[in-house]
Order: sequence, then C-alpha cells, then structure tokens
Amino acid sequence: MGSYVPVTPEERRAMLERVGLPSVEALYADVPEGVLLKEPPVFTGGFSELEVRRHMERLAEQNRVFSTILRGAGAYDHYIPAIVRAIPAKEAFLTAYTPYQAEISQGLLQSIFEYQTMICRLTGMDVANASVYDGASAAAEACAMVRERRRTVTLVSACAHPDVIATIRTYCWGSNHEMRLIPEKDGVTDLDALRAALDDQVSGVYLASPNFLGGLEDVSAAAEICHAAGAKLIVGANPMALALFKTPGEAGADVCVGDGQPLGMPLSYGGPYVGFMAARAALMRKLPGRIVGQTTDVDGKRAFVLTLQAREQHIRREKAGSNICSNQALCALTAACYLGAVGPDGLREVARQCYDKAHYFAEKLASIGLPRREKGPFFHEFATECPGGPEKMLVALEERDILGGQPMGDGRVLWCVTEKAERKRLDEAVAVIREVTNL
Amino acid sequence: MKLIFEQSHPGHKSQFLPASDVPAAALPEELARKSALDLPELTEGELARHYEALAQQVHGVNKGFYPLGSCTMKYNPRIDEDAAALPGFTGVHPLQSETTSRGCREVLRQAEERLTAVTGMDRMTFQPAAGAHGEYMGLLLIKAYHERRGDKNRTKVIVPDAAHGTNPASAAMCGYQVVSIPSDANGLVDLEKLREAAGPDTAALMLTNPNTVGLFDPNILEITRIVHEAGGLCYYDGANLNAVMGWARPGDMGFDVVHLNLHKTFATPHGGGGPGSGPVGCKAFLAGFLPGSALATGGEAPCQVRAFHGNFLVVVKALAYLDTLGGEGIREAAAQAVLNANYLMHLLRDGGYPMAFDHTCMHEFVITLEKLKHEKDVSALDVAKALLDHGMHPPTMYFPLIVHEALMVEPTETESKESLEAAAESYLEVLAEANENPADMHSRPLHTYVRRLDEVTAARSPIVKYEAPIA
Repeated sequence: MGSYVPVTPEERRAMLERVGLPSVEALYADVPEGVLLKEPPVFTGGFSELEVRRHMERLAEQNRVFSTILRGAGAYDHYIPAIVRAIPAKEAFLTAYTPYQAEISQGLLQSIFEYQTMICRLTGMDVANASVYDGASAAAEACAMVRERRRTVTLVSACAHPDVIATIRTYCWGSNHEMRLIPEKDGVTDLDALRAALDDQVSGVYLASPNFLGGLEDVSAAAEICHAAGAKLIVGANPMALALFKTPGEAGADVCVGDGQPLGMPLSYGGPYVGFMAARAALMRKLPGRIVGQTTDVDGKRAFVLTLQAREQHIRREKAGSNICSNQALCALTAACYLGAVGPDGLREVARQCYDKAHYFAEKLASIGLPRREKGPFFHEFATECPGGPEKMLVALEERDILGGQPMGDGRVLWCVTEKAERKRLDEAVAVIREVTNL
Repeated sequence: MKLIFEQSHPGHKSQFLPASDVPAAALPEELARKSALDLPELTEGELARHYEALAQQVHGVNKGFYPLGSCTMKYNPRIDEDAAALPGFTGVHPLQSETTSRGCREVLRQAEERLTAVTGMDRMTFQPAAGAHGEYMGLLLIKAYHERRGDKNRTKVIVPDAAHGTNPASAAMCGYQVVSIPSDANGLVDLEKLREAAGPDTAALMLTNPNTVGLFDPNILEITRIVHEAGGLCYYDGANLNAVMGWARPGDMGFDVVHLNLHKTFATPHGGGGPGSGPVGCKAFLAGFLPGSALATGGEAPCQVRAFHGNFLVVVKALAYLDTLGGEGIREAAAQAVLNANYLMHLLRDGGYPMAFDHTCMHEFVITLEKLKHEKDVSALDVAKALLDHGMHPPTMYFPLIVHEALMVEPTETESKESLEAAAESYLEVLAEANENPADMHSRPLHTYVRRLDEVTAARSPIVKYEAPIA
C-alpha cells in the first residue's frame, strides 16, 4: 500500500512542531464530536501495485471484447492510429489543469485553438467552443443557448438518439421549460409536423443527421422551415459523416453539435468521449464553456488565451448561461490529433469505407430477408427487420466473436458498419444470421 | 510557434487503412459535401514533432509545484493510467449485454461501494462528467424529490457568498432562485443569516465543507439541522473532500446529496481541463431518482444528464487509486494534505504574507494582498505572474470573492517538506522584490514562453479560429 505521500514520520513530527500542534489529530479540532471518525472507513484496499494490477486485470477479463463490432447507436468502433493514442498520453497534456495561466500553458491553449478551427472546418460553422461533456449534453446546452426571453419552447425530433432526447428533456425540465417531440415519418423527422408545431414560442429545434436510425435528414428543408418561423435549428452530427455529406453549415443550421468519439476515442463503455459545439458567428457570445482566442503578448508575440470569460460561471455566477467548468479537453486534443493524423484524404477514406461497407452489408441482409423499412439514404447505420426476433441471432453472432446490432425494442435491429469490419467477417455474419433466421 | 495549419503540405499523409474490400456504393450528388475538407496535411513524424513542441509549453503536475487552490493538483499515479488502458475496458461497447460487460459493471459497483463508505452515502451514480455536472445532477435529485412530494413552493437555493461559482450557476440551471448569504467575520456560515434565509421556500442549501477559505465549519451539524427543519435538503460540494476523506463524512454531517471530483480528490489527471468525473452520492430516500441511460435500459430516464454510463475510464483510474490507498491510505493522504497546507501557511505568514483568516487551515489557505496593493500597487495578479518565473504554477487568484486580492494555495499531500520549503523561498523572494521594486512587478513574468497577454483585445475582437492568409 501507499498514499504517494513523500514525508517520513520524522519529517511529519518536525512539521507539526513548526505549526505548533501536538498531533495530526489536532489538525481536525474543528470537526465536531460525532462527526470526527476515530477510525478510517473500512473498504478493500491498501494493495501493492502488482496486486492492484492483478485486480484491475481480473475485472477487465470479465468483459468480452469482440473482434468485430456491428453496433453503433452512439458509440462507434473506428480504428485508432497508434500516434493518436500516444500524443494525449504525454504527461504535460495529461496532468495539467485548465490553462488559467496562459504564460505557462501555450501548448494547451494552441492545441485547443487548433481543435476549434478543425471543428469549424468540419461542420462549416463560424465558431466552436473548447468542448463539453458529450454529444447528448452538447445538444442540451445548445437548446439552452438559443433560448430567448419570449421564445422558450424546445422541439426535438423523435428520430434523435434516445439518450440525447432524455438529456434534453432533463435540462428542459430542470430549467422549467417546455420540450415537445416532433414525430418520425419514414425513418426521418416529419417536416410537415415540424412546420405545424412551430410557433412564436419555439426558440430551437434539435434534429440529428444521421439520425438514430442512421437516416440522413433533409437539413436544408428543416432549416428553411425553422427560420421562416423565427426559430433556430440545432443539428446533431456525426463528425465522420461530415467528411462526405453536406455540412450543417452548408445546410443553414444555426448550431451544430455532436459527439467527437469517432475521432480517435475508444468505446470505453461509454466514456470519456467529447461533445463538440459550433455555431454561427452571431451566437458566439451565447456559447457555453471555454473558448480560446488569439492575441499577442507584451512583446507582440502571437499567443493564445481563454477568452470571452464574461459568459462563464466564475464571473457571472447565477446569471451564467451554463455552469460548465471542466470539459473534456484531453478528448478534444485526441480528436484534433486524429484529424491531424488522418488528414483530409484519410478522413474521407475512413468515411467512404464506412459508407461502402454499411451499404454492402445492408444489401446482403436485405437479400436474406432482413430488409430496411425505410427507403431514404443512410451513412453507416441502418435498422432492419429481424424475423424471429434479435435475441437468438445476437447470441449466435456472439459465438462467432461478433457483436451484432442494437435491438430497438420494436423487433428491429440497428446495425453499424465501420471501416474496421472486414468483408469476410460481414459475409460470415450474414451466413450466421441466415442460419438462425431460417430455423 | 507555428500552428498545425501553417505546417500543412499538400500530399503529406500516412496510410492507416488497407484498401476497401467491398464495392463502392453510389453516393447521391445532392447529399455530398460541397466545401473543401480543409484539414492539415502532415506525416506522422511531423505531427509527433508538432505536439511534442506544444507539450513542452505546458506546465503539468510533474513539471513543478502546482498549488492551484480548490483544484487538488496531486500526483497522478501511472498504475491508474495503465489500468484504464487495458483493452478489456477500452474495447467494451456501452450497449453490450449484461453478461458481456460484467467487468465494467463490477468496476462501477466496487467504486460505488468504496466511495459511499468514504462519504457516508447510500447510493451513487457515475453519470456526471465533471464536478459542475455533478452539482447539476444533485440539484435535479432534490428538485425531483420536492416535486414528487407535491412541494411546489420550494423555489430557492441558499448559497454562501464564498461558494464556488458553479454552485449558483447550477442552481439557476435547475430553475432555482439563488439566495446568497454573507459569511461571518471568520469566513464561516453566519447562523443568524442562515436562519433568516431558511424557510418554506427553501429547496436546498449548497455548501462546501471545508469551505473555500480552507476552514472546517464547526457548526456544521447546526447548519444542516436548520435547513432540514425548514424542510430543505443539504447538498455537499465535494470539491474540498481531500481535506477530510477518512476523517469525516458528509453523510454524518447531515448532508443528503454529495458530488465528488474524482479528478481532484481521487488522483485522476485533469487532462488540461478534462475529462473529469463527478459522481453523485445520495441517501437512500433519493436513490429512486438516480439516472440511467434511456437507451441502455430501454425506458424513461429521469435526471439523465448525458449518454450512457459516464466517464467510465476515469472511474477505473479512481478505483485503482482507492485500491492502492485503502481506508488507512486516504486518511493518511488527507492528514498530510492538511499538514502540508498548514506548514506552508506558517512559512509564508512568518515570512510576511498576510493570511485572510488566522486559524488552523484545512487543505488550503487564502492569502490577502490588499495591503500590498494599497501601499505598493502590487496586486495578487502581479505576485502570481512573478511566481511563474520560479518554475511553478501560481495559486488560484481572486477567489474566493469575499477576500480582496486573494491567492488561494492548496499544496496537496504529494509535496514533500523540502519542496514546500523551496516553494516558500520563492514566494518570499517575490514578496521582497514586490517591496523593493514594486514597479518592476507589473512586467512579470520575464522568462516564460510568452509574457503577459493582451486579454482585453482578445475579448473585444475575438479571433477564435485560424484563417489562412489570402495569397
């Protein structure tokens, strides 16, 4: 056991003497009787490093790690180049706090500035913040940021990820604001229903493209409908899809949010990931969280600094738009490293292989009796019917070391295919599924 | 230093993927991205060198003293990093079945068991991603509780004026009106003011104990009693738990909900601003409101604040840390954190730094440089900036707000007696300079990568992304 305390008992005695106290217990003289613990709390611990390693390895071994993963639904199994793992593990990046002292934090600040720039270029938006917790909380923060004094209602597409919908619902309930769902039609947001639901109370509309079912939404049409009614459009995007498809910026969205996990973060049972937020220039001062800006130092040298802090909780306290303080800086750094490593051609290649392999697999599944219900375009996720239900099929796939799609609760299965899925494994999956569903 | 975009060369790239082994699918033109994908083009080696250059301009915990008050910048053990990097954790999809994700569930269960023992709570969620997110979650639990009871008139949250800025901001996000109560002359909760503020409209009190001036409030049982008698609940901001872990538990002080900062108290690294982890513990009567994932559980998830199960790998690191220390170890760590703070406080006070409160402190203490500012026109900022030239991170500046020209110092338990003495020497040198050549202090630091920045222009005419010069 150890506590990483670099002080010997003799030194401790000398220190106590210097501060004029008889014992360590005397440091806690203000803790009232009945609260002060006579003994430390009892729990397993106090192990050597080797024992700790064994314990953690035993826990990790109780999980299954599948060699082929055909499940997405908010967490995507992409290849992570070795360099993208190595850079964020550098001690300086790993152990620093938020860069409050710019003079000794230029490396961090510049890396965030570069990340913000890359997010703007990826999404087609004007400004981005330094990150928030994840895609779901980014969506909820975006709904709050577009709220106006007279427009307070938030509309959310029923085609969005269930965790995103639940998170937005929580944030709206928390701040006593109304949230309404816009129904699905043919696997995408029902734009006629959206038009009908908009009124002069609605501040923002959230939809995702690709949506939870994998479908690509007509974001341009949605943006026109929203703007005609004076509401802002918030688009949830998958950063990988942005390499191929029309950007939210091009489509006229006001805010673009999403989860940056596909950009170099392992699945990790759901986190840490990173929420990105980008917006039109006019909304810059409404963005929550840290923003890094460029300036100069007294010698005229280019330098970077946390800026526009008058928006934030440590200055505005209860009048701040958000309470966010710590974000996901190291994950944002990871995303920037990923984008820097693969470059424009590499990102397009990854996205293109996802697209091609997903379409290959969808076609094969359709040919054995697992068709999609919708006709619309999709990126790398799609939902299929599943005759006989998903349970037996998923077990059979697991036996072949394949994590199958996510059961959707209505008998369908949501599949995801990334660049990591080899054709022979997709063919194998198809063979297994055919066998099971024909029984 | 050049930006990554300024080092881009068309055609520089690395090959990470094999060629596609499936036929290309048609991609309708009307769906395609129109604008150029303007990302930097570098080879792997160029990228590695760029980030190494950036890393050299970052002050991490291993680079030097980092007594950033309220942030608990202790050493981040490497075994914890190794544990979180195990492929058996990183390769698990968050929606895997119960039978194929037993290890992850067990990590959360064991972390919950240990951390509820440390805090005196009954249940815990690991969904919140950071301290502020945990505060928000905690208040949502309180809101849900009052609503469930039909107690609609509890619209106010009491927050002492010394509180972290996130406290009032979290309360406002929960739709509560913030009632700020002034601290007494000793920096503690003014019981009379609290009694006046607490009433049938009180939803909760948010409190940090030890508080932000580094003092344990000896009236804590009376404080929580007053709030409970008014029908409100008591929320514990765990930012300062490092002082008392193993010695006192928020549950025993009368708190109903706590959030922890695993990235402070439980030694997980801050990552330059995150990812943290802000688990929330509560007493049994609130456990029914704890969140899940709507997708993972296939149902409604009231109080859900993000997707899935939280910053899971951060919890792995904290569990490895708890494994190492055990109950005895956390008690020893806390006591040393407090002793280190008192030791440094004495060295600085005896060397001429005025303390805001003259009392045995907990894990941190607050210097006030009001007199220096008044007499020599040397501010807390000037002193902090001068410390940069001594190779150390300065203390937290201008916080808490109730102390003028404040410097808040938290050395943590992982500093040795020797390193505290060396730090004190630097502080005293700076003070001597401030007294002898006050005018020079405004130009500090002299030896950092960049010197003082023009923050006013940065905020007035923001440049928040790189634009390539027009050729």
